[in-house]
Amino acid sequence: MGSTAEVIQPGSPSEAASAFGDGAAVAVLAGGTLLVPDLHFGRARPERVIMLGDAGLNYVSRNNGTVSIGAATPIAALVGEATPLGPCAASIGDNEIRAQATVGGNLCAPAGFGDLQGPLLALGATARSAGAGGERSEPLEDFLAGRAGRLLLDVSYAEPAAGALAGLGRPHAHHYTVMAVSGARSRSGAVRLAVVGAGAVGSRLRAAEALAGDPDAAGVAAAGEVAPSDDPLASGWYRARTLPALVRQVLSDLEASA
Amino acid sequence: MNIVVNGTNRAVESPPLTPLLHVLREELDVLSPKAGCENGGCGACTVLLDGAPRRSCLTAVGSIGGAAVTTVEGLGTPEDMSAVQRAFVHYCAAQCGFCTPGMILAATAYLERGGSTEVAAISEALAGHVCRCTGYLKIVDAVAAARDGDFDLSTTAESPHTTVLG
Repeated sequence: MGSTAEVIQPGSPSEAASAFGDGAAVAVLAGGTLLVPDLHFGRARPERVIMLGDAGLNYVSRNNGTVSIGAATPIAALVGEATPLGPCAASIGDNEIRAQATVGGNLCAPAGFGDLQGPLLALGATARSAGAGGERSEPLEDFLAGRAGRLLLDVSYAEPAAGALAGLGRPHAHHYTVMAVSGARSRSGAVRLAVVGAGAVGSRLRAAEALAGDPDAAGVAAAGEVAPSDDPLASGWYRARTLPALVRQVLSDLEASA
Repeated sequence: MNIVVNGTNRAVESPPLTPLLHVLREELDVLSPKAGCENGGCGACTVLLDGAPRRSCLTAVGSIGGAAVTTVEGLGTPEDMSAVQRAFVHYCAAQCGFCTPGMILAATAYLERGGSTEVAAISEALAGHVCRCTGYLKIVDAVAAARDGDFDLSTTAESPHTTVLG
């Protein structure tokens, strides 16, 4: 057991992008909470491992109402952020996991993880990444669809006027999110909704957004635009039945904060 | 590579992607961190990195830089235990002992950050630490008492929860 992959420790974002190249045979180690056991037990066998600890990607910056979060920022650094992002971050793992696991790792993790996708999709976040073809910025939704082969550098979003989060948890020593809906109203009044736990990756609920003024109808519409599957936490049937309630809750919380 | 363990500079020959847990246990013979789930879910491998609790099973040894590693071997000795260690003895907060080093380190960090004696806050601080013996109540009692207390090791505390548990 154990990995003898070549280890690269870049000292800047551009060095990290250069070391990453097109991502072939490379694994990225930020917090390591998912990758280190995979390396140790041989479930991951990359040729090279890039450690991001000194790559200058651990930051939360604010500039004229825009928040930027470096990919190697620990989840614990987001706990104090406004709803939906802060409470979502606070619900992930436990103290030690939140202090070690990173935003980028959470966004790029396989299905079953990725709680932060929901709030950041609802916030309309932009993802900046490096990889084949160089650096690019795109909506987080597009990044998530094509994240294989990309090195996430940061995510940024405009601070919203209001936010809401409603989720179904599963009691355990760790909190496991069965499904969660995030909502945010932008300063221009646009409402965005997103769900995690209703598919392999978080997704916007555009049909529900279009009916944001009618929470009951929005909830029904949301159930019609996802196809949740069964996993050890809950059945797809249960998720489809409960999604409307979460959407209604988020929309009524957003309305109450108007 | 060299790492600092309990105040001593130790040379490490394991590859840099080796989990710190296995470097401590198998190369450096520091045996208090336990290999439980080895996937970050049980807390038994917890050590302090520059005073903050950290899962050593999830931490590549090459990623810790110059951070100081502390295990319970670095907190006290049988003759001169730390307040948290004495409280665990006094409150019978350890049974099989497998989770105890991680619990004690997490509790030590929690109290050093000014953690309160509220049960909910202590429970949250220890949320990542699984104990299959005690039912947690005596552990929470010990952490709360350790904040201010001193302990007479010749007696065993009557836990306020003892009667609840029967």
